[in-house]
Amino acid sequence: MFRATLSRSSLIRPFASTVRPANVAFARFISDDTKHAIETAIASAKVVLFMKGTPESPQCGFSRATIQTLGAQGVDPAKFAAYNVLEDEELRQGIKEYSSWPTIPQLYVDNEFIGGCDIITSMNQSGELTELLEQSEALVDFEAEETEPEAPKAAENIKPAKRS
Amino acid sequence: MDALTADYLHKVIAERLEANLVQVQDMSGGCGLAFAVIIVSPIFQGKNKLMRHRLVNNALKQEMNSIHAFTQKVFTPEEWELQKVNYEN
Repeated sequence: MFRATLSRSSLIRPFASTVRPANVAFARFISDDTKHAIETAIASAKVVLFMKGTPESPQCGFSRATIQTLGAQGVDPAKFAAYNVLEDEELRQGIKEYSSWPTIPQLYVDNEFIGGCDIITSMNQSGELTELLEQSEALVDFEAEETEPEAPKAAENIKPAKRS
Repeated sequence: MDALTADYLHKVIAERLEANLVQVQDMSGGCGLAFAVIIVSPIFQGKNKLMRHRLVNNALKQEMNSIHAFTQKVFTPEEWELQKVNYEN
C-alpha cells in the first residue's frame, strides 16, 4: 500500500558539530544531531509515522493497526513517510525523548505530534482523524484517481480530500 | 523489579490519577508486559486526548519502562456515563 519511504540508515548521521555541549550532565538527552535529524524526518512529509517495521511488514500490532488506519483513511502515499525505529537505536530512543512520549508508533501531521495508536484509533472512530487529514490535504483525491486498485476496499471510510 | 500485576497497576492508577473508576486488563497472559486500561477521572476534564494520555504516561513513568504494550482509554465521569454502555461485557 505505502512505499517504504525514507527508512534509510543514513537518517541519523553525524554532522560536523562546531559547538560542543557545555555541560556533560546533559549527555543523556538526545544530541543536537539526533534532534536535527528527527526534525528533518518529521518535516519530510505531511504525514510521518515512526513505527516498528515497515508499512508492508509491521513488526508490532500497534504499528500494524496504525498503518491500517492510515491506509483506510486514504492517506496519499506521496504525502506519507514511515521511519522504522528498529533500524536505528538512536532514532528509537531519540523520538521518545523528542516528543516526551514513551511508546511507538508516533504520528506527526504537518510537523505536529498527534499521538500514538490509542489516540489514532479513537480519532479514527470519532471522525477527528478524517477531519485532520482532510484539513492537511493529505488524502488521496479518489475522484481524480479512479484507477487506484485498492480504493474500493476501504471506500466507505474515505471522504476524498476536497481540492476545489 | 517484579513483574507488574493488574492489581498493582489498578492501585497506582487510582491513587495517582484520582480515578473514580479503573479497569485493568492483563493482556499478557501473566508475564506482566501487556495491559489494557480504562481510566475515569475528573482530572481529564477540559484536556484533549494528547494531554490526557500524557498525564497517564507521566503518572506511570516508572511502570511504563517495564511494560511492553499499554493501551489506554480515558474518560471524564460525564463522558463515561455516555460511553460505558459500549464497554460492558
